[in-house]
Amino acid sequence: MSNPIVDARAIHKHFGPLHVLKGVDLEVVERELVFVIGPSGSGKSTLLRCLNRLEEPSSGSVVVDGIDMLDPRTDINHARQRIGMVFQSFNLYPHMTALGNVTLALRKVAGKSRAEADALGLAALQRVGLADRAGHTPGQLSGGQQQRVAIARAIALEPRVMLFDEPTSALDPELVGSVLEVMRDLRQSGMTMIVVSHEMGFARNAADRVVFMDDGLIVEQGPPAAIFESPAQERTRAFIGQIQRH
Amino acid sequence: MTTWDRFVETFFNAKVMLKYLPDILSGMVVTIELAVLIVLSGLLAGLVLALLRALAIRPLNWLIIFVVDLFRSLPPLVIIVLIYFGLPAAGVSPSGFVSTWLSLAFVLMAFSEEIFWAGITSIPKGQWEASRSTGLSFGQTLINVVLPQALRLTIPPLTNRTIAITKGTALGTVVAVTEILGQASSAVSNSYNPSPLMMGAAAYLVLFLPVVVASRWIETKFAWKR
Repeated sequence: MSNPIVDARAIHKHFGPLHVLKGVDLEVVERELVFVIGPSGSGKSTLLRCLNRLEEPSSGSVVVDGIDMLDPRTDINHARQRIGMVFQSFNLYPHMTALGNVTLALRKVAGKSRAEADALGLAALQRVGLADRAGHTPGQLSGGQQQRVAIARAIALEPRVMLFDEPTSALDPELVGSVLEVMRDLRQSGMTMIVVSHEMGFARNAADRVVFMDDGLIVEQGPPAAIFESPAQERTRAFIGQIQRH
Repeated sequence: MTTWDRFVETFFNAKVMLKYLPDILSGMVVTIELAVLIVLSGLLAGLVLALLRALAIRPLNWLIIFVVDLFRSLPPLVIIVLIYFGLPAAGVSPSGFVSTWLSLAFVLMAFSEEIFWAGITSIPKGQWEASRSTGLSFGQTLINVVLPQALRLTIPPLTNRTIAITKGTALGTVVAVTEILGQASSAVSNSYNPSPLMMGAAAYLVLFLPVVVASRWIETKFAWKR
């Protein structure tokens, strides 16, 4: 086993009286694709958002690619470049073109010239199959295309790990495939990925490990076959059963 | 003399109008100077206050909200009178022009701060998160992602408010500013004829109609497809 790229330990998160994460440990090694599943409200998204400090964990430690994310001396803006994030609602900037969306951080954070950023941005759009839509604004793109632009925006910064927060949940069913296709390509290129999603078929085929969370804790984890076919915990069994009935 | 003749003689008296045209024109110049100063300084100050408020420094925000609410509640005329007649007691004697400019600029600052602030807060949290997740700082996100979207949303209410407050330059008459209304009413007193008032009204139309039309054009130009 190589060193973990993501090493989160004993993460607790309180939202006022709500105890959302109750001591979660998550280690992810290079090139690994970890799928996080669980009922809504189980803390999956919060865990993901604690990893790049979009949420401030109440306690615990998060080390990503050797950088202590919770150390006040850490340049968080610099550290976040190494952690790509894709959101359920895409969150593209509506006032910019697809290329503008992808190149903003390249220019403002990575310090590239406009020409360099445009070249890198076009290459990223090429990877998600949307180079021909570079000049379109988000409003002129379908949901699936918007999400692929959002993926391009993240990978253009050449992150060490990618976080996907329910990337296909807001998409019409016929558009899901194109996004999963891009994620599959990323996986084949060796990207380390942590995916919160309900796409169980994709989890089965592509994931190295499935993590089942419930009530702020990791209940059980293992290879997809083990978690889906023969879960050890009753709660996991109940959740898998519910999902598969649909 | 028919009734119509008398009406024209009274309200559109060519001799009177010709005599006082230069006064009205010089009033227009003063009104334009005032309006430009008020719009530039008022909107700029309002934007700066809204950006400061976005920093979420609590005592500073209380101060901003207090100042803004104060200037939104006070009638502009009261502020003009307070500055013009009140400040000399503190050793500063601003002219009528400066008093009117400052008063209306404060009022526009207060209203535009609220409008800019509403625009900033209406941008979804996801826009902040997406930008911050790629490593942009708070300030970079505000300037590059949030503000351009917020400004587009604020253009219609902002142009409305700006026009309404800029028309308040007529209040300068009270503190002897020689803007359009001031020139027109002294011309009326001197000529015993209300024709200059009609010229004044026409002057306001000539000034503000193009602004209203231009604001409509700006609103359509800056709307974008969602």
